[in-house]
Formats: sequence, C-alpha cells, structure tokens
Amino acid sequence: MINLIYLTTLLPLLGFLINGLFGRKIKNEKVIGLIGSATIGISFLIVLGAFIQTLGLPVEERSNTVNLFSWLNVGGLQIKFAYLVDQLSLTMSLIINGVGFLIHVYSIGYMHGDNGFWRFFSYLNLFIFAMMNLVLGDNFVVLFLGWEGVGLCSYLLIGFWYDRKFEKGTTSQAAKKAFVVNRIGDFGFLLGMFLIFMTFDSLNFKEVFARAASFPVAESTFGLIALFLFIGATGKSAQIPLFVWLPDAMAGPTPVSALIHAATMVTAGVYMVSRASIIFVSAPAIMTVVAVVGLLTALMAASIGLVQNDIKKVLAYSTVSQLGYMFLAAGVGAFSASIFHVMTHAFFKALLFLGAGSVIHGMHDEQNIQKYGGLKKYMPKTFLTFFIATLAISGVPGLSGFFSKDEILWSAYANGGFVFWLIGAITAMLTAFYMFRLVSLTFYGKERFDHHNVHPHESPALMTVPLMILAVLSIIGGYIGLPKVFFGEHGNLFEGWLEPIYAPAMNKLALYGDHTHLEEILLMTVSVAAALSAIFFALHVYRKNPQIAENVSNKFKGFYNLLLNKYFVDEVYEAAVVQPIQNGSEKFLWKIFDVKFIDGMVNGVASLVEKSSGVIRKIQTGVAQSYALIMVAGIALVLLWLILSL
Amino acid sequence: MFCVGVAGVLIRRNAIVVFMCIELMLNSANLTLVTFSSYLGNSIGQVFVFFVMTVAAAEAAVGLAIIIAIFRNKKTVNIDEINIFKW
Repeated sequence: MINLIYLTTLLPLLGFLINGLFGRKIKNEKVIGLIGSATIGISFLIVLGAFIQTLGLPVEERSNTVNLFSWLNVGGLQIKFAYLVDQLSLTMSLIINGVGFLIHVYSIGYMHGDNGFWRFFSYLNLFIFAMMNLVLGDNFVVLFLGWEGVGLCSYLLIGFWYDRKFEKGTTSQAAKKAFVVNRIGDFGFLLGMFLIFMTFDSLNFKEVFARAASFPVAESTFGLIALFLFIGATGKSAQIPLFVWLPDAMAGPTPVSALIHAATMVTAGVYMVSRASIIFVSAPAIMTVVAVVGLLTALMAASIGLVQNDIKKVLAYSTVSQLGYMFLAAGVGAFSASIFHVMTHAFFKALLFLGAGSVIHGMHDEQNIQKYGGLKKYMPKTFLTFFIATLAISGVPGLSGFFSKDEILWSAYANGGFVFWLIGAITAMLTAFYMFRLVSLTFYGKERFDHHNVHPHESPALMTVPLMILAVLSIIGGYIGLPKVFFGEHGNLFEGWLEPIYAPAMNKLALYGDHTHLEEILLMTVSVAAALSAIFFALHVYRKNPQIAENVSNKFKGFYNLLLNKYFVDEVYEAAVVQPIQNGSEKFLWKIFDVKFIDGMVNGVASLVEKSSGVIRKIQTGVAQSYALIMVAGIALVLLWLILSL
Repeated sequence: MFCVGVAGVLIRRNAIVVFMCIELMLNSANLTLVTFSSYLGNSIGQVFVFFVMTVAAAEAAVGLAIIIAIFRNKKTVNIDEINIFKW
C-alpha cells in the first residue's frame, strides 16, 4: 500500500477535475457528493493500508520514499516529485483523510440545495489534494506546492458565497484578507527555503536534516532559517502577529471552517515546525520565540473568545488559542505532544464546527448565540455530540483533549518553567469557561429566538452520523497517548510511534530536568480542578443567573470592549499597515509615479514617433516618377564613386 | 539611347510613353550586349540578349495589362494622377 500512496493525491485531484469540469452539467447532488466523498474515502483506506503496512515493519525501516518523477532539474538544484511515507506524514494523512471524509459526507447534507454545490465539492477535493501534497512531500518544494495550494483553496472557500455580506464587508473581502495575510507568511517561508538551499545545498528533507545535524553551521544561520520558517508558520497557523485572518475566515460555509480552518490546514504550520524539528532545536533562541508566541496567542485568543457572540467566532478564536498550544508544545521541544494535540484537536474542533453548522442549519442561518437558547430539546443529537466535544476541549479527564493538553502543560512546566505552565493553565481555564458559556447560551436557558419565524429542527442523518463518529473519536482519540506518569513508558503509544522522527532533534536538546512524579500529578490535578471550576462557574452564570454576566461586563466596560473588539488588532493593522500602503499607493504610486512617470514615458515615446513620422511622411509623394528620379540620381552617384575610386 | 529612355521615364506623363521608354532602355542594353559580344568574339552576350527579349516581351504583356486595368479604374493614364502609393 505504501507504493500506492500517490493515489491519495491523484484521487482527490481526479474528483476535483470531474466535479470542477462537469459538475455544472451533472447537476445531480447525489452523484457529485458521491464522487467528492468516495475519492477521499478510498484515499483514507489507502492511507490506512499504508499505515498498517508500516506498523508491520521494523522501526528503522518505517520511513519510505516513493519517487514519482523528476520535477525540476536546474544546475545544482534537483527536485524530485517524491512522497515521504513515514510516521509523521502517515499520522497527518490519517487525520486529513479521516476527518476530511466525514466532513465531505456532512457537506452533502449541509450544502443541499446550494447553487454552487458542485463548485463546493470540487474545491474541497482540490484542498485535500493540496493538503496531502503538503504532508507527503519529501522535500521543501513539494511541501511548498501544497502550502500554496491550501492557501488558494482557503481563499476560494472563504469567498465561496461571494455574493453574501459578512460583518462590515463582503465575504470576498474576508477571503482577500486571508490570502494576503497568508502571503506575508509564505514570503517568510520562501526566504527560509532559500536560506536552507544556500546553507545545505539541498531541499530534500532527509539530506537537509542529516546535514543540519552534522554540518558545522553557525547558530545564527540556524536562527535565521528557523525564524523565517516560523514566520511562514504564523501565517498559515494563525499565530501572533498574523492571526487576524482566521476569525474572518468564518465567512465561508461551516464545513469549510471545520475542515480547513480547524482540523487540517491551520495545523500545517505545526506540521512544518515539527518536521523541521532539528533546525528549530539548533536555534534555542527561536525555540523560545516559538513557545512565547504560542503562549501569548493562546492566552489572547482565549480571552477574546470569552465575549464573542457569533457561534463561529467563538470557535475561531478557540482554534487560534488551541493552535497557540501546539506551538507552545513545539517551542518547548515536545514535538510529539504538539502533533498529538493536532490530532485530538482535529477530532473535537471539527466536531464543534460541524455541530455549530448543524445548529446554524436548524436555526435558518442565525449565528448569534444571544438569539439561541434552549435548543437542547429540539436538537438532541447535535447537543449530545457538541457537549462531548466541549468536554474534550475543556480538558475534562477521560476525553481526548485532556490527554494532549495535559502532556503539553507538563512539557511546558518541565522544559519551559512555571510561568509557561501557569499561563497555559489559565488559558485552559478560559477555554473551559467560554466553551461552556457557548453551550449554555445555545442549548440551555430561555428560548430567545423568534418562535414565529424560526423553527429549530434536528439535521438529517447525513449530518448527524459524522457528528457521532467524531464524538466517538473525541472520546477515545486520547487513549493512544496515555500519560507516562500513570502508565509507564509504554502507555504513550503515540509518542513511541513518532519517536524516530524526533530522535535527531532530541539528541541535540537537553530535556526534562529532574521532576518527580508527584509534581506532575499535582500540576495535573490543579489544572483539572481549574478547568472544572471554570465549567461550573460558566454553567452557574449563564444557565441560572445571566444578570451576573451583565453586571461583570458593565463593571469592566473598558476591558469588555477591548475584548469584544479583539484588542483592536484589526484597527491597528488597518491604521499602521493597510492605510499607509493604500495612501502611498494612491497618492504617490498611482497619481504621481504611474500617471506622471510611467504613463509619461510611454506616451512620450508614442508622441515622439508620431511627430517625427509627421515630418518624414512628406517624402512619400506617391508619384512613381519622383522615386525613379531619386533612384537614377542614386545610381549615378554610386557609378561616380566607383569610377573615382578606381 | 539609354539616356533617352531614362529621360523619357522621368519626364513624360503618359503611362504608355513611359512604358515605351522602358522598352527603349531594355533595347539599348541589348544593343550594348550584342556589340560587346561581337567585339570580344564571345557568343554568351548574344545568348543573353534572347533572354532579355523574352523577359521584355513578358514584361510588356503584364505592363500593358496593368495600364489597361488602371485606365478602367481611373479613366486616365496620366501618371501624375495615379498616386495611390501615397500615404
């Protein structure tokens, strides 16, 4: 099955071509949905086969390269189009195809009756194609191909309902914002790639990482490469300072938010950092930057999430916050913990988004949670699954989120320090609080919607079955990474599975000081207790005494507004970056440089030719005899010259 | 004789006359060829004259046809009025 891995990109590409080229003619939603989902389903089976096959191999043979063709061959630069099938890429592929398949099936129900049904599925397939290239590529160039491809699909899908309004603008503006912000990050990533090629004379993962471990390269060079790569990651994975696009990306259809902006694409940055772990650990300063940025992003996004009123906005900030966690883990050297969180987060966040989609679907496109309330009895299945996901993300023991979050917090404490742990734990508390605020406002309490116009109803089975599968995964997904403190070295299967990938990086990194088991258990208890108290507090406030929330928000009006307006980051960027560029472009580049200089030059050449030809054209009289006369005179002159020169 | 032809081409306004002057130039060239041929005892010049005469005959036919065509269009053979080369 490993050799068939190319089918996992070929099939989605095929699905994209069929639906994209003929979807308009096929019209039948069942056929289009079947093509779109089946390609991903088959890909999933292939990845699963490759996974089982790899599991059967001895540990040192688990990293296989599948060569497809030679792509670029320019001088010293030789790029093969090849896929690297190893533990890390298989893990990512399983997540992408597994969750992706469920979301495809869900979309058949969710997008039912939409004019762009075929367009939606062709974009989704294109996205899976790009994402698979991103994680399977065996060199930075194939990774970059996927990297740009997912950016494009993200743009296309955010602006999918291009004729709809979104907040103050249109969905196309949100799409553009996402694209431009991503491009800034991509530029950093590209610079990082150039530097890697200059330093290591190769872009192939295996060669680069082997040379990174052995070449005598200055730490500053490593630092620069790692910094550029990390800038790329902040763009794709929505970290400070480039996180602003993700909340706006909620303009897209909800399955898109679940697939691209929660489960897969935004984790590309985490994947890349973890793939290039050896480069990052060689630059300790940048590792600290990664951890701090992750931590700050997690805290900031969680605090914004506390007060948002759009159900998808809350989830979007929650995603940003959870991504911050992943970078925190990567920054303190716990790469496998960060990938573990990628996986569990993919399960429960996809479930949350799909559940939110189900609610929005049942509430006739209403997204304001202040206008929900008491939906529990109308949508029992959605409620149950959503509740499970909420428990998982809040870090309630026994569900997947607990295991990954706890591992991250423990690594933050062991390798980063107490402050890292503290802020992480506070963030976990905030997470639990805003998630239960969301649940309470949506499913409990008084029914605040207009009973005459809105008739809440449960979604069809096509949508609820994927929800249930994801709910099961959200519960059991964590049990492959049990904490070592309780279950010994063999409890954490996940870390053992990924260990060979990070072995070179771990050799460079001095890790885990002397910490007793007691400390770990103590910290775990404290963070769980904090999360639980936050949960009860949220339930208490929003189910029973809504006026408390109002009182608090009135008391801290300034802070509340700061949070409600997302720390005014958008406005600051608008004033500091967008406006100067726009003004500079309009006032100088357009009105002066373009009009006066560029246009002047072009028009000047044209008028010069026109004027000079106006003079010259007088020579052409059109009378053949005058031409003949000039000819004779010419011949006479030539003859004269010949005779004289003899 | 050649100069007479040249002068005719340059000065006269009637296309037919200009045309005849071109023939005059061709024949002057022929005459020169034949003269030098017999003077140098080399027959190649005479052979060449036949070629010139053949080409001249063809050229006369084509040229006259053009003049007739122009006359039909413009109702004139005065080359001062035939200035369609002009921009």
